[in-house]
Amino acid sequence: MQIGESGVLNRFREGNPETLEAAFEALFRLHQRAVYGWILRIVRNPSTAEELTVETFWRIHTAHARFEPAQGFEGWARRIATRAALDWLHTRRPECELYPEASGELAAPATADPAIIAEIRARTALAFGRLPPKLRIAATLAVVEELPQKEVAAALGISVAAVKLRVFRALRLLRNDLKRQGITP
Amino acid sequence: MNAEDLDRMKKLVQQALPPMEGDDEPDRDLWPAMLGRLNAPPAAEPLAGWAWFDGALAVSLVALAACFPASIPVLLYYL
Repeated sequence: MQIGESGVLNRFREGNPETLEAAFEALFRLHQRAVYGWILRIVRNPSTAEELTVETFWRIHTAHARFEPAQGFEGWARRIATRAALDWLHTRRPECELYPEASGELAAPATADPAIIAEIRARTALAFGRLPPKLRIAATLAVVEELPQKEVAAALGISVAAVKLRVFRALRLLRNDLKRQGITP
Repeated sequence: MNAEDLDRMKKLVQQALPPMEGDDEPDRDLWPAMLGRLNAPPAAEPLAGWAWFDGALAVSLVALAACFPASIPVLLYYL
């Protein structure tokens, strides 16, 4: 017998050992792509995004009793995914591999010296990777991915004003970092 | 930093880091990895991973905040 997503969510929430695993697998298969895509936007590395997708669903599984079906699964999963990505960023030192763009292979407009533009972009990408993780996530989602600030705020579990503040602080830190390198944006 | 600077920085970041688009599907089925994780022995509690230095740092920060309440906004700013 087929049950709808709300039935699956209720079974997941109830946590009955006989039905929990099947409900969890159904939710995993239904939402793994969205969760993976969200994490990929933050960490910008496919293999890390895969690893964190599994980590996210593991956290979801262990927290099934705290899930409120009325609030929807997607937003809840997204918050957990964002938290998992943030934890991962905290454990990593800023590295070039996070930002392949830092290799300087980006195409530059023909109006200026392409080598200089590529160098500035590479240094910007590296400086971005040195931002504190909380600021970096906010700036990645709001500036790089251009997601609505309301959506970013919901994923981070903060207010829209706090998102604006984090983005502002991120860009100010970035500008100061670039200035120290002799780059005036 | 004024609004003009902010816009300039945003454009610079967007040029340096293009958005991730299109390829938003895992290369492989992640369910086997998920099953492996579910069947793995439970990991240690996060707090068990705290080094003594983390604890000492936390105690120092609490002590600093208690002795100098004016430092609380500064600490919050850097969190």
